[in-house]
Amino acid sequence: MKALLDWLDQRTGYRRIVRYSLYENIPGGARWRYVWGSTLVFTLTIQFITGLFLWMAYSPSSQTAWESVYFIQHEMTGGWLLRGIHHFTASVMNVLLVLHLMQVVIDGAYRAPREFNFWFGIGLLLLVLALSLTGYLLPWDQKGYWATKVATNIAAIVPVVGPTMQKLIIGGSDYGHHTLTRFFALHAGVLPATVILLLVWHIFLFRRHGITAKDPKRKPDEYFWPDQVLKDAVACLAVMATILFLVLRPWLFNTGEDVGAELAAPADPSETYSAARPEWYFLFLFEFLKFFPGGYEVWGAVVIPGFIMGVIFLMPIIGRWHLGHVFNVGLSVSLLVGVALLTYLAMTQDERDPAYQIAVQEAKRNAARVRELAQAPTGIPPAGAVNLLRDDPKTQGPKLFSKHCASCHRYAGHDGTGNKLKEEQTASDLKGFGGREWLTGLLDATRIASLQYYGGTKFKDGRMARFVVRDVAKYAPEEKEKLRKVILALSAEADLKSQRAAEERDIPAINQGRKLMASEEMRCTECHRFHDQGEDPTGPELTGYGSRDWLIEFISDPGHERFYGKRNDRMPAFGKDRLDAHAIGLLADWLRNDWYEAPASGTAARQASLLNQNAKREIRNPKPETNSTPQ
Amino acid sequence: MVGPVERMEEPERPQESARRDFVKKAGSIVISGLAGAIPTCAALTVFLDPLQRKGQRRDFVHVASLDSLPSDGTPRQFSVIADRTDAWNKSPRVPIGAVYLRKTEANQVIALNVVCPHAGCFVEYSSAQKAFSCPCHNSRFALDGTIADRKSPSPRALDALEVEIRNQSEIWVKFQNFIAGHAQKIPVS
Repeated sequence: MKALLDWLDQRTGYRRIVRYSLYENIPGGARWRYVWGSTLVFTLTIQFITGLFLWMAYSPSSQTAWESVYFIQHEMTGGWLLRGIHHFTASVMNVLLVLHLMQVVIDGAYRAPREFNFWFGIGLLLLVLALSLTGYLLPWDQKGYWATKVATNIAAIVPVVGPTMQKLIIGGSDYGHHTLTRFFALHAGVLPATVILLLVWHIFLFRRHGITAKDPKRKPDEYFWPDQVLKDAVACLAVMATILFLVLRPWLFNTGEDVGAELAAPADPSETYSAARPEWYFLFLFEFLKFFPGGYEVWGAVVIPGFIMGVIFLMPIIGRWHLGHVFNVGLSVSLLVGVALLTYLAMTQDERDPAYQIAVQEAKRNAARVRELAQAPTGIPPAGAVNLLRDDPKTQGPKLFSKHCASCHRYAGHDGTGNKLKEEQTASDLKGFGGREWLTGLLDATRIASLQYYGGTKFKDGRMARFVVRDVAKYAPEEKEKLRKVILALSAEADLKSQRAAEERDIPAINQGRKLMASEEMRCTECHRFHDQGEDPTGPELTGYGSRDWLIEFISDPGHERFYGKRNDRMPAFGKDRLDAHAIGLLADWLRNDWYEAPASGTAARQASLLNQNAKREIRNPKPETNSTPQ
Repeated sequence: MVGPVERMEEPERPQESARRDFVKKAGSIVISGLAGAIPTCAALTVFLDPLQRKGQRRDFVHVASLDSLPSDGTPRQFSVIADRTDAWNKSPRVPIGAVYLRKTEANQVIALNVVCPHAGCFVEYSSAQKAFSCPCHNSRFALDGTIADRKSPSPRALDALEVEIRNQSEIWVKFQNFIAGHAQKIPVS
């Protein structure tokens, strides 16, 4: 064994290297206060390991970045843990950097001959901040997208070169594929390589000049190995435990959030995201910018931070004089207090801002919803996940309703998104439209003229309302039973997903109801068209009433003679330059409660239905290839 | 200044502190190993994730109609169209591979996967030689897929696939890839 090691040593000189790194003299013995540098090297190592393996599953393009991160987070075994560690280590690293820097300044460790080591340290600090910034965008979710847009727009504030610089950073005029490829190359290539270079030099200089021993020396000198290494190892384990705690916090305290790092909905430039905030360690800059009025942002974003960085850079020079050192310590402490104050201010402002809180809730809802849709049997289309929410009635319906319908209509008393409006409604409440419950209310003499139905419209005194109030009100029990069947039949026209099971049970009653509707007895066809019955109708057609097609056509043009014709009361033809077919379809689906819901029984059922669907679809249409050319 | 570079030998220590030293050394190694193991294990778990994933199970796929095959037994190449799941993407009805279909003398249809069992290249059909040949390492296969010459590098014949004729004229193939380089047909899972 010894002969083999000798042979190795003669050729590689490894013993010298090992001894050089292990037997560093520590004047006054190993101490806990010397551990910070080592914990930083440790966190950096965590980032290299976790980053490298995240890289193996990450795909930087605007159609695959979110999707691949989603796959890491929610599909790959241990992915949430890996990503969680990488994410929270970044946070912890920023804290450790500040601690390290504060200690160096307070101990005066920047003094000659260690100026360069201090400058390398500042360089490393800036590089780690740049790593945090570039990494925040990579998941390409709403949060990272909008927060990073703020950062790159600040770059454009810089006089003269700003716009050019911004274009180079984001790889074009607008965010896209090349923004991601560039940010990723910076995040995983350029910046880490520079970090390694500076760090090696930083440690080399540290060894060259030796540790800045803290007086008084309490013990005799010791060596780095194993005395200081033991303390460093314990500190690193504590750091690791903190990181794990942060990753698992939602699970430990049952907060209801996902464990690990957050993943918001996919980036969508057409979708507002008022919950956009930078990562917490950049919040102070974000808050600082608020103090500068338009035209002066460059002071808050570039000039003042640049000046402060300049002063920090000059600390080794300033610190040559006794008062200079006092100044340095004072400046560092006041900067730290300032940063803490600004961060606190930013956080409390958000906490007290109801609009921001609503935005955060919506962001969480969207994130959960898009995850549900991505796990649906249809999965993520090749064009990317951003369309999942754009095409989702459950997400888009409330927004469309509040924007286009809620000025007159209501939905369960609110505007669709849950806001109660102060103005009184002037058209019907559409929650459950076409359903049995809704129709029963419409044909109820006590309710038809209420605000829930016709109360706010001119139909309040119309023929339908009069018919219900005068005639239906006096119905004998057997007529009431007939009315019940008519309601079942009319509601069946809508073919609502929520009533399908009930309708299968009630087939006989529905068939009777259909006949009653077509007969003269119930008088429906006096004013309405129902299949081939009802000539010269004046009210809306009842064939397919409340079905998807009926609703789409009604919303598109309620004044069409199939519906209200000239009697239409105020409702605009939304199909004419107001909403496109896609939006009207979403609105119709939403009003009909028709959207994808994840099966309650979880993963197993989902996978079973997936297999089924694939099996059903895997057929048809062969494409004969013509390129089977003879040689 | 006496730098650490000059100190080449491991420093000598009194006996009792040597024992304490050993505890410190062991402690350092165990504790730092534990700290480093956590991110490393998370990383390796994700790295090994593909091993837990099964390939898609495939059912019979409609590939062509009987009329499209020449009755003289010449093979023709067809794409196999099916739903494909690629990590996070689900693509409905895309080409997932190709087969050679051929009418035999007995008026039956055989299907051969176009992939060479040697190293996975796309095998070509030569009508002049009435045989399949691989452009990569010159494996040659007869019309029925069997190895055509003894020097062929391929360890087995072209992979025959199950065929069903449905509704008199539809050719359905159970598409499947097999691991290259083995003498036996081992399905890729």
